[in-house]
Amino acid sequence: MSSILIIEQILNGLQFGVMLFLMAAGLTLIFGVMGLINLAHGSLYMVGAFAAAAVAGVTGSFLLALVAALAAAALAGAIVEMVVIRRLYNAPHLDQVLATFALILIFSEGTRWVFGSFPLFLDIPDALSGPVTLPGGIEYPLYRLTLIGIGLAVAVGLWALIERTRLGIQIRAGENDREMIAALGVDISKLYTLVFALGAALAGLAGALVGAIQSVQVGMGEPVLILAFVVIVIGGIGSVRGAFIGALLVGLTDTLGGVFLPELFKLFMDNGAAQKSGSALASMGIYVLMGLVLIWRPTGLFGARA
Amino acid sequence: MKKFLAAAAVSALCSTGALAEVKVGMITTLSGGGAGLGIDVRDGFMLAIAQSGRDDIEVVIEDDQRKPDIAVQLSDKMIQSERVDVMTGIIWSNLAMAVVPAAVNQNVIYLSPNAGPSPLAGKGCHQNYFNVAWQNDNLHEAAGAYANGTGYKNSFILAPNYPAGVDALTGYKRFFEGDLAGEIYTELGQTDYAAEIAQIRASDADSVFFFLPGGMGISFLKQYADSGIDLPVVGPAFSFDQGILQAVGDAALGVVNTSQWNKDIDNPTNAAFVESFQAEYGRLPSLYASQGFDTANLFLSALDKADPSDADAFREALRAAEFESTRGDFSFGPNHHPVQTIYAREVIKEGDVFTNKILGVALENHSDAYAAECKM
Repeated sequence: MSSILIIEQILNGLQFGVMLFLMAAGLTLIFGVMGLINLAHGSLYMVGAFAAAAVAGVTGSFLLALVAALAAAALAGAIVEMVVIRRLYNAPHLDQVLATFALILIFSEGTRWVFGSFPLFLDIPDALSGPVTLPGGIEYPLYRLTLIGIGLAVAVGLWALIERTRLGIQIRAGENDREMIAALGVDISKLYTLVFALGAALAGLAGALVGAIQSVQVGMGEPVLILAFVVIVIGGIGSVRGAFIGALLVGLTDTLGGVFLPELFKLFMDNGAAQKSGSALASMGIYVLMGLVLIWRPTGLFGARA
Repeated sequence: MKKFLAAAAVSALCSTGALAEVKVGMITTLSGGGAGLGIDVRDGFMLAIAQSGRDDIEVVIEDDQRKPDIAVQLSDKMIQSERVDVMTGIIWSNLAMAVVPAAVNQNVIYLSPNAGPSPLAGKGCHQNYFNVAWQNDNLHEAAGAYANGTGYKNSFILAPNYPAGVDALTGYKRFFEGDLAGEIYTELGQTDYAAEIAQIRASDADSVFFFLPGGMGISFLKQYADSGIDLPVVGPAFSFDQGILQAVGDAALGVVNTSQWNKDIDNPTNAAFVESFQAEYGRLPSLYASQGFDTANLFLSALDKADPSDADAFREALRAAEFESTRGDFSFGPNHHPVQTIYAREVIKEGDVFTNKILGVALENHSDAYAAECKM
């Protein structure tokens, strides 16, 4: 196996990882600050993708489509927070799971009602389509490189927001002690709506970005949601830094495992069997990773709570 | 759970108060990622029922959400409490394997409008099981035959790791005479194929064969087109059906795919089907819709000759397959799977709509490789 292939696969793993991070960051912020398990996060990803596909279909502009995705997902997030989620902060986790699961069904069937059951078309903008040649003769799609860039930029931006701004201080304080920060005069319900909308916007952005290379269809968010949960469990619930490291770990494990495990199995079995058992084991890879991390650190890599 | 009644049956119930005499249970995928396929099968099936004008047929439709456990629950309900005479509708082979063997052993006739897993064509065949679409390997075998004819010598092949995916690669390899540059099983429902595309790039393949139905195919084709690899692609019709071509866009143009049906197959039944489907639902039919339509017409043809309560006579009437198929000639082999011609078609653009055009015959009057193993 050539080094070019290995580097290309590492880039693929990174790209998958940073997109997972966009999902996981919102999920972990919402859980960390509000103590809420939001199963409907995948639906916000879908809302972003559909909004982008609809706007791109009408205007033909990918940039406008991204703006629409951010706006639609943030708006959907804010509305959901004010109408449904707000009533659940003091409820047990099981009630939250039930209510947000209901939201998944409502979002999915609502989207089907508006857009129909067939996948929508959203394509990569012309300026970003096709491959570029990287140093070393590696051909890699420009769009995926852009995704890595956007993901890293969002990670830096989030870090700056949380570590360097007043809002970030409030978010961190909200994670530690919500009664105290309310007592200090911070409008906690506004803060919650803001954090929820921020998390939703990130999910919507991920949906739109990924939708351009995958298919925009009802139910596209749920598989990603499961992976995002794995990411935040590995990273430590509530930690954005943990979400970042966890997302990269999951992205790399999943991609590299899928490629190299079948190769490894070929050393001692025939080709077809190696492919089948290798890819079956590779799909377990991230869960094995999660298990190992939890044995080593029961609260995740950067988890604060015991 | 949604429950639709055949429009014809409903109006009959309201106007005359007559009771439906024959009950059909349809379990198909109407929500989630694979919904487009189930909706097309349902719409094709219901169109034929409506056109028959019969008011004594009740169709109970349920959504399996592409989940085997839900399909099994629905099937138990249909057989035990709804007491259906005939079942149909399942799209996915893993669901078919979970439902069909138990159903046919409880004396229910099952007419498959889509899934045709190899165990049900070979050792696991059953007198109550009829496949109106194809045995899973068929279209892939045709793709292999087409690849030989085109002169491909070294193919990179990939499919999802589930029964129909294994059948797909087996089918292609059965007919393809060249070498394999690589063989990959992906995850069912996978949406990112960057890793696989990198492996294709690193291989010395001269062609790519893939079986990725529904949304998986959309993702793969878009990413493949963007990767800059220009190896020719060939695949079965499942990634190029009418429902998803519009979402793939230009990335699919010119790709050759194999199908037992296309909208330009020249016979009166097909022309009438394409026209009435478009008039009824406002979109072009896919091969899934044609399969649903043919399944219903096969069922109706048998119903004209015998009552399902007389199981032997009804089976005999089904086996005769005396109905006008959208594919032209249609007959069953000894294992109740179609013997039919499979075509190679090419993706073209008609105005603003992406669709397929037949290039030629890939396999003529083709049966399947498992018929000999079937002891019925």
